[in-house]
Amino acid sequence: MSAAPATPPSTPSKSWTVKVREKGVEALPPERLLPDGQPTYVASWIYVFGVASIASLIVIIGSGCVIALKGPAWWHETGVGHFFNSIHMWSVELFFFVMVVHLWGKYWMAAWRGGRGRVWVTGAIVFLVAVPCALTGYVSQQNFDAQWISTQAKDAMNSVGVGAFFNLTNFGQMYSYHILLLPIAVVLLVSVHVLLVRRNGVVPPFELEEKLAAARAGGPDADASPKAPAGGQS
Amino acid sequence: MLGAVFNLNHPAHTVDWHFIHLSVANVVVIGLMFIAFFLAILLPFPGRSGREAARRGGGPS
Repeated sequence: MSAAPATPPSTPSKSWTVKVREKGVEALPPERLLPDGQPTYVASWIYVFGVASIASLIVIIGSGCVIALKGPAWWHETGVGHFFNSIHMWSVELFFFVMVVHLWGKYWMAAWRGGRGRVWVTGAIVFLVAVPCALTGYVSQQNFDAQWISTQAKDAMNSVGVGAFFNLTNFGQMYSYHILLLPIAVVLLVSVHVLLVRRNGVVPPFELEEKLAAARAGGPDADASPKAPAGGQS
Repeated sequence: MLGAVFNLNHPAHTVDWHFIHLSVANVVVIGLMFIAFFLAILLPFPGRSGREAARRGGGPS
């Protein structure tokens, strides 16, 4: 085999990998993807709940992997199995707790401002996908509780006409949804959500946005940068 | 039930008001979420004043 001829520096490459790389770096430069700090207004407890949701999700996936590896006899019959089963369940409770507070906070600060509509929409879709991801866990327990819930819930699903697409009493289907399809969807959507936050910056408080608007119009606060995450770096 | 801290071997206690029908457990969780939300708004974040002072002074933060 001979070595491939070197591309002259002046000739722009048409390779799809180069195009993807250039688009990626243009959309998310490294300093924006992994910034040194956040604006000072982010130093507030209400901004903590987004990362708390991600932390909970990591615990959910970690504990879920453990109980999936060991199997239902382990998680039903042994002390350590009970412990990891409880960690899995309570991390889901915590996930929804902090995610709802995160949602309330972003709603009341109108986090879709400044071209952040896709950030808001992906967050809302994560919530909607996470609900069936959690509920399929109830019917994947492999006990009488799961049987009771699946037979009750199938009637609810059939009453709204979605029972034609999936069957809550089909354990294999529900288990696949719970440990594969829906978690993949949640993780992908969370990844897109976080990348969009990195790209657009964390939404500033209302009063700061007014100052930025004044800066764009050449007003007295013209020292502020309109596009960069405002409020100074912390 | 032996492992449960509370006796769960009874129908759930519920809060009923007009069409609203919630279990007490869910009402407690919703209440805790409201408390967490308002505390997150009201409580000062550690180190925030120092960061703002550093930013106004133009020094390193």
